Amino acid sequence: MSIIEFLSYGFIQRAIIAGAFISVLCSTLGVLLVLRRLSLIGDGLAHVTFGSVALALLFRVYPLYISLPVVMASSYGILKLMERARIFGDAAIGILSAVGIAGGVLVASLAGGFNVDLFSFLFGNILSISSQEVYTSIILSVIVLAVIVFNYHDIFSITFDEDFAKAGGINTNRINTMIVLFTAITVVLTMKVVGIMLTSALLIFPAVTAFQVARGFRNALFIAAAVALVSLTGGILLSLILNLPTGASIVMVHFGFFITAFACKNALDRKSRRH
Amino acid sequence: MPVEAIKVENLSFRYNSIEVLSNVSFGVEAGDYIGLVGPNGSGKSTLIKVILGLLEPVRGSIRLLGYPSSDMKAREKVGYLPQKMSFFNPNFPATVSETVALGLVSKKRFPKRMDAADVAAIDRVLELLNISNLKREMIGDLSGGQQQRVFIARALVNEPEILLLDEPTTALDPGTREGFFELISYLNREKKVTVMLVTHDMGTIGQFARKLLYIDKEIIFYGGFDDFCMSEKMTAFFGPASQHLICHRHE
Repeated sequence: MSIIEFLSYGFIQRAIIAGAFISVLCSTLGVLLVLRRLSLIGDGLAHVTFGSVALALLFRVYPLYISLPVVMASSYGILKLMERARIFGDAAIGILSAVGIAGGVLVASLAGGFNVDLFSFLFGNILSISSQEVYTSIILSVIVLAVIVFNYHDIFSITFDEDFAKAGGINTNRINTMIVLFTAITVVLTMKVVGIMLTSALLIFPAVTAFQVARGFRNALFIAAAVALVSLTGGILLSLILNLPTGASIVMVHFGFFITAFACKNALDRKSRRH
Repeated sequence: MPVEAIKVENLSFRYNSIEVLSNVSFGVEAGDYIGLVGPNGSGKSTLIKVILGLLEPVRGSIRLLGYPSSDMKAREKVGYLPQKMSFFNPNFPATVSETVALGLVSKKRFPKRMDAADVAAIDRVLELLNISNLKREMIGDLSGGQQQRVFIARALVNEPEILLLDEPTTALDPGTREGFFELISYLNREKKVTVMLVTHDMGTIGQFARKLLYIDKEIIFYGGFDDFCMSEKMTAFFGPASQHLICHRHE
């Protein structure tokens, strides 16, 4: 079957459209999170998502309705733990991460053990995305990206040097809260694309790949978005052609881009040192 | 009566139960150059951070150019240069031009778009600091001295009326340090920028500052160098060598 034939299927079109919006969202937030040394917040919140999905399955509610508020509250909790309990970001993320997983296991146990639905959320399946999920992904992605664009200078300033930004009168608390809440929304949306286990890859890979070649902050954001889009599309097509799991294929294409960018940068650095 | 550039009244600050600043009051006239000194842990950097609004005082008030320090009209007229190493991530993907533009963000109103006047302001300040050729370079690729010049440009691009410098020359070589202080002195002299400088470099204080503010939780001494050099109390605090260094270089 040719690529054109693959692309004519509705379920593949839905996967690429929703995945594209979510990927750009992930790459944008990923750049901010990696630079602030909060790379693993995606991983931590994904674990909380696991707990919240278990809760949703227990009450037979559509997972997004439970996951979104629970994960947003948890991300706010991580922020407050860092600010008020004098806990470093990685430790705060670790606390929430462990509680999320433990909560999920306990809830699943109360529900009479794990079932197939819960495991399906661990690895996601973007090819089974519904039209309603596509619309939700587009709407939430557009809102979050628009807010980031309109607050670009404040966000850049805080990411570069929070004290300088605060001294200049930027409301750092508002921006920090905004970033962690947006990360929570993004993690919940990403659950369907690559699953809970691989969510952090979509946040981290585009950013670290872009940092190898970017010439400026704005440039890094655009390169990260481009890498995310190409990796998503490439990963979906690769999984269809080779009959591989889609989420894992997307992540491995991301890894391929990172290794290539890393090798190119090292080669260029060596060349410039010689001259 | 002219408005004081910085007016601090009955200011106290605690880190948990430890009092770091106790009932500090002083005023700085516009165009003055203050050397803020004191032993380690005496509250110098804390005082700068409280003035900047980075830390919330237990009590007391601060006015900058006649406005409460929390007022945006005050904030946008203050330039701040911290110790470089305290915040800087050398792998941050930002160009020199992007970094300097951050100094303009505070005076912008929503939706904070940069325009031609901002680009011209960035070009002007880069030229003033003789780093126009670095405009498109990545900040992480520069030497320590060049990076510090970029951060000075970020502090100056907004044409501040007050400049707060917190040990700005840490990790700079002597030649670069000398050039840095010459520049600050020029801004103070020619552009009438009020300067408050935290440093342990007593020679620099003696050479450039016009007044000395010595704190150790509370104000120990605040005044001109003539008073300071005559003060026996200060010999006890600084030791005769430092006192000689300050007074000799100021003459």
